Amino acid sequence: MAVTDAPRIVTARIDHPDSYTLERALATGAYEGLRKALTMTPEAVAAEVDAASLLGRGGAGFPAGRKWAMLRQSPVTYLVVNGDESEPATFKDHLLVERDPHQLIEGVVIAAYALQVTRAFIFLRGEFALGLERVQAALNEAYAHGAVGADIFGSGFSVDIVVHPGAGAYICGEETSLLESLEGKRGFPRIKPPFFPAAIGLYGEPTVVNNVETMSNLPWIVTNGGAAFAALGEGRSTGTRLFALAGHVRNPGVYELEMAKTTFADLINAPVLGGGVRHGRELKAFIPGGVSAPWFGPDQIDLPLGQDEVGAAGSMLGSGSVVVMDDHTCAVRASWRITKFFSRESCGQCTPCREGSGWLERIMERIETGRGRPDDLDLLLDACDNIAPGLTWPPQQTTICVLGPSIPSSIHSAITMFRDEFLTHIKEGGCPHG
Amino acid sequence: MSGHLGPDILARARQLISLYPEPRSALVPLCHLAQEQDGWLRPEAMAEIAELVGVTPAEVQGTASFYDMLHLEPVGTYLVSICTNISCMLDGGLELLEHAEEHLGVGAGGTTPDGKITLEEAECLADCDHAPCVQVNHRYVGAQTPETFDALIEDLRAGRRSDEIPSHGTLIRVRRDGGLRADPEQVASERAAMAEAKARRAAEAAEAAGGEGGS
Repeated sequence: MAVTDAPRIVTARIDHPDSYTLERALATGAYEGLRKALTMTPEAVAAEVDAASLLGRGGAGFPAGRKWAMLRQSPVTYLVVNGDESEPATFKDHLLVERDPHQLIEGVVIAAYALQVTRAFIFLRGEFALGLERVQAALNEAYAHGAVGADIFGSGFSVDIVVHPGAGAYICGEETSLLESLEGKRGFPRIKPPFFPAAIGLYGEPTVVNNVETMSNLPWIVTNGGAAFAALGEGRSTGTRLFALAGHVRNPGVYELEMAKTTFADLINAPVLGGGVRHGRELKAFIPGGVSAPWFGPDQIDLPLGQDEVGAAGSMLGSGSVVVMDDHTCAVRASWRITKFFSRESCGQCTPCREGSGWLERIMERIETGRGRPDDLDLLLDACDNIAPGLTWPPQQTTICVLGPSIPSSIHSAITMFRDEFLTHIKEGGCPHG
Repeated sequence: MSGHLGPDILARARQLISLYPEPRSALVPLCHLAQEQDGWLRPEAMAEIAELVGVTPAEVQGTASFYDMLHLEPVGTYLVSICTNISCMLDGGLELLEHAEEHLGVGAGGTTPDGKITLEEAECLADCDHAPCVQVNHRYVGAQTPETFDALIEDLRAGRRSDEIPSHGTLIRVRRDGGLRADPEQVASERAAMAEAKARRAAEAAEAAGGEGGS
């Protein structure tokens, strides 16, 4: 069964053309979850999120409830929402901020109440001009409606929210880098330990950092109960999740699916979802969770869309984005472009990442453009091994953050799965795909 | 160095600063505001931002130079960003960029002689179901073919899209009108309380470390 009858949790409202307005949001139940939360104790709200066992939807998949529990032992000062969606092929938060900003704001206030935080920041990717305007307009409406600000709905609880625009840097999606950026500095990741945001976060204060989609789930969880959320999905992968499908499929787009009940084959091929590989071509490979993830071949298409299942198969569900490549795709060109991305976006702090990404990109480029050398494949893998020793999954880390160890994924996958294509490029002095 | 930012921009800058526990947090938003006025980050603007948030002009420039959207050199009226990352590459993004370079007569990073268009090769813009993805001044204009791209450029040059796409630098046209922290004394006392709490915690932590015989 391709699509289960699970309810749409975070995309319930978006089919309305005016889904982003307060009027439509109120007509479709917005802020009811918040009203309910305010009648509960903060601990009870946090307990519902814990019961939902909601895994963070940003990429790392850490349980949100446990993240909060770590903080409840000492007072939290700030809540920061990560809306710096930049992992290539990921475009789900883009949808949520443009199409349902009130759901996001409601989730932020619920989280702020559970954590008893009075200052929250929504960090949005700078390139989301429309998203920034929609969230700011919704925030203005929410203040006027009494849902944000002082004495929310007469409950005595107050929180101020600030929409903060980023300025174009992939690395700011990494939470400690995001905090540096929010402090008005270059987005250099901080070393962990000691700089776990829960302990030493924004301005050195205990801080919760959660993703936009994670926040957007909270109104439904409070309204319907954590148990109802946990009843969806399977194992640790509870609830529904947004999957962004891109590449060579008939219907690219964002789909909300019950976790672990649906497979990659369903997502890619079901007529109501991806609709299959387009132009009657065959599937060559797919990337299961953003370009930091190792690739899968057609033989892995029946894997379920579950965090642990994909992890056990040697990759990750990551940011929930799936890129489909058909059999006309040049594996060298695809992995070269991904490598070029990492080379451009390395923040430059750590030598293996800063230097390694540039070396790798130049070698990949010369292979793709027909100037490859016979020992280039060994050289590539050796350089990859210097960034992520052993080329294991999950990777060993030689750098402050995970950007560096993510670089080898696409190169290692492409060489392992399509070695002949690299050899053809090198022997024949060019790309056989033209 | 004050006096470069106009009164409206300056008033909005001061309001932004008041929203953050520490003034420096407003540095990037203020850079966006300066770009709204000038289209790019002039040295005079950076010096004034430095004064406003309490850092040196070098710190503003050193921070701004890290970010792709903050421009230390002039940019055309319209910044046209073409994504060539994986999803768009699979859908002709590199070919579209090549076409754009030819059509505009400038390479990626260049500005047309009339100062209207700056072309940029972008990394993923998070709109992969409309590939190859193009943004103009960070507003999505949908997937483009070489033909529609040429028409888009013609429209931009003729000013036919100026209502929906403001000139480069204007990022957020919606002004914050709720939760304004208008009282400077309140902001100052909040900041002082925060600094005090932080110092107290640091002292407690130092004491705890000392008690454990830590170095």
